[in-house]
Amino acid sequence: MIKRRPYLFNLLALGFAALLSVAVGSVFIPPATLASLLLARLPGVSVATTAPETYQVILFQIRLPHMALMALTGAALASSGAAYQGLFRNPLADPYLIGVASGAGLGAVLALSIHWPGSLLGLYTIPASAFLGAVLTVAIVYSLARVGRAVPTTTLILAGVAFSAFATSLTSFLMFRSDTELRRAMGWLFGGGSLGGWGPVWAILPYIALGVGGLILAGHALNVLQFGEEQAQQLGLPAERIKILVILAASLTTAAAVAFTGIIGFIGLVVPHVARITWGTDYRHLIPLSLLGGATALLLADVFARVVLAPETLPVGIVTALVGAPFFLWILRQAKTQAYW
Amino acid sequence: MLEIESLSVAYIEKEVLNSVTMSIASGEILAVVGPNGVGKSTLIRAISGVIPPKQGSIRANGVNTSHLSPLQRARLMAIVPQARELPPAYTVHQTVLMGRTPYLNWLGQAGKSDHAAVWRSLEHTDLSHLAERRIGELSGGEQQRVLLARALAQETSILLLDEPTTHLDLQHQSNLLNLVRKLSQEKTLSVLMVLHDLNLAGLYADRVALMSDGRIFSLGVPAEVITAQNLSAVYHVPVNVIPHPDYGTPLVLPDGRIIPAHPSESVQSS
Repeated sequence: MIKRRPYLFNLLALGFAALLSVAVGSVFIPPATLASLLLARLPGVSVATTAPETYQVILFQIRLPHMALMALTGAALASSGAAYQGLFRNPLADPYLIGVASGAGLGAVLALSIHWPGSLLGLYTIPASAFLGAVLTVAIVYSLARVGRAVPTTTLILAGVAFSAFATSLTSFLMFRSDTELRRAMGWLFGGGSLGGWGPVWAILPYIALGVGGLILAGHALNVLQFGEEQAQQLGLPAERIKILVILAASLTTAAAVAFTGIIGFIGLVVPHVARITWGTDYRHLIPLSLLGGATALLLADVFARVVLAPETLPVGIVTALVGAPFFLWILRQAKTQAYW
Repeated sequence: MLEIESLSVAYIEKEVLNSVTMSIASGEILAVVGPNGVGKSTLIRAISGVIPPKQGSIRANGVNTSHLSPLQRARLMAIVPQARELPPAYTVHQTVLMGRTPYLNWLGQAGKSDHAAVWRSLEHTDLSHLAERRIGELSGGEQQRVLLARALAQETSILLLDEPTTHLDLQHQSNLLNLVRKLSQEKTLSVLMVLHDLNLAGLYADRVALMSDGRIFSLGVPAEVITAQNLSAVYHVPVNVIPHPDYGTPLVLPDGRIIPAHPSESVQSS
């Protein structure tokens, strides 16, 4: 079933991860209580619930928004990772490698350091600033890597890694200077929804919808681009324009992911590869499947991060790399014989 | 019908094509031959719109292509590139479906007519049985056929091939060119193909364009163009041209400056 019904499998897995995410934490909400609480919120349904009032608050004001933020972030990281891999025709490309995520992080921290979001407007400036940082990074890295008409992948990645280091240290510098918010910012740096409530979810939703929508539409174009820009153009694609649109959409998505959850590595690299190995290279399916898989993967990692050292919460970025790296190496080992890339 | 008139192309300052004029009628095959670096591949890239011409015009079925979008162009002409560095993970079917790119809707979805066109071109190129195989598992000859099938799926009346036989063995060379010949007649395609092998050009092309330094040195039926005099002037090496024993087309033999492997035998046999 995993192989033959990819969408069904991924939706089931995501549903399971989402339930787990809202049930598990400092207070465990039993499945039956969870169901009755959720059903009671549906219009036209009246369910007598015996759950204590605190469960209501925990579920609707803490767990659900946190779950939504994590799911959106995972979906965004994995789908933009798949798109970057396809666009640069490089299995190593992910939002971090070419520096986009670090640029977005710098943008977000810049917004944070100028005005920590007390107001709603302040909240909405964070993803916007992250997006600006992401796009500027792409523009800088791309033009640095450009050799004549072509953008060789090796120079692209070198430029990306170098710029990424630069942006990261600038970010650290800004955090170091803004001592009042230092601890909160450090938590952000290692990945973790430091801001609670529904605010961050609504703030990134439009970016993710727009970006991911664009990436899903670009599926066929990404397939054709695998044969190189010249052939893509000869097959009828305005290759240069498509490339810019995909970069914009992927950067929008990455920026949204980074804005409130900070640096979460490995999801954008591992999830698309696992999807590719399991279901093939067709980008029309790879992008939506990576999206679902990314949401599931980050939700599970987040649950693990909250449970493993309870009552302490581990930054989820540590978990994704700690679990993601060995898992990815194992998958890679399994797929060694096939030309999946 | 493809008409090229005084086409010039320059990379930065260097002129690569200089006032090239040629036209290919429906059902005709024109082979472009010449030494390395005379602009044969540049010609295909310029016609297909990948590099902008400096001067001149290209008309496809009477339509001036200079202001066409890639999509409009891809509905008029299809290109068979060299089978190099193809993404190995796509199946033959997926690859050939990419030939339908200029006809897909904005969601990139293929309809009934697209799938029908894909299967038709898979049949034409004898690839139906390999449809679900991955490109990376195929031989060089099969890969080249997949690219031909992809171009046929575009359903254009103009076909441009860039050295389609270069990496193929003897059997695959003649199989592929026979197929091109057959298709050009059945579908009355205008075919331009860049070839390295002068003997194949003589055998399969209706007319041959011999290029030298970005210009057309000679253009005409094979027997007129592929002559010892023309070739030694363009390739700077003396050659011997004899008629093909079966078809009468020109066959090129190397001559002079040859250091023979078996000098005594060759003396005895002659």
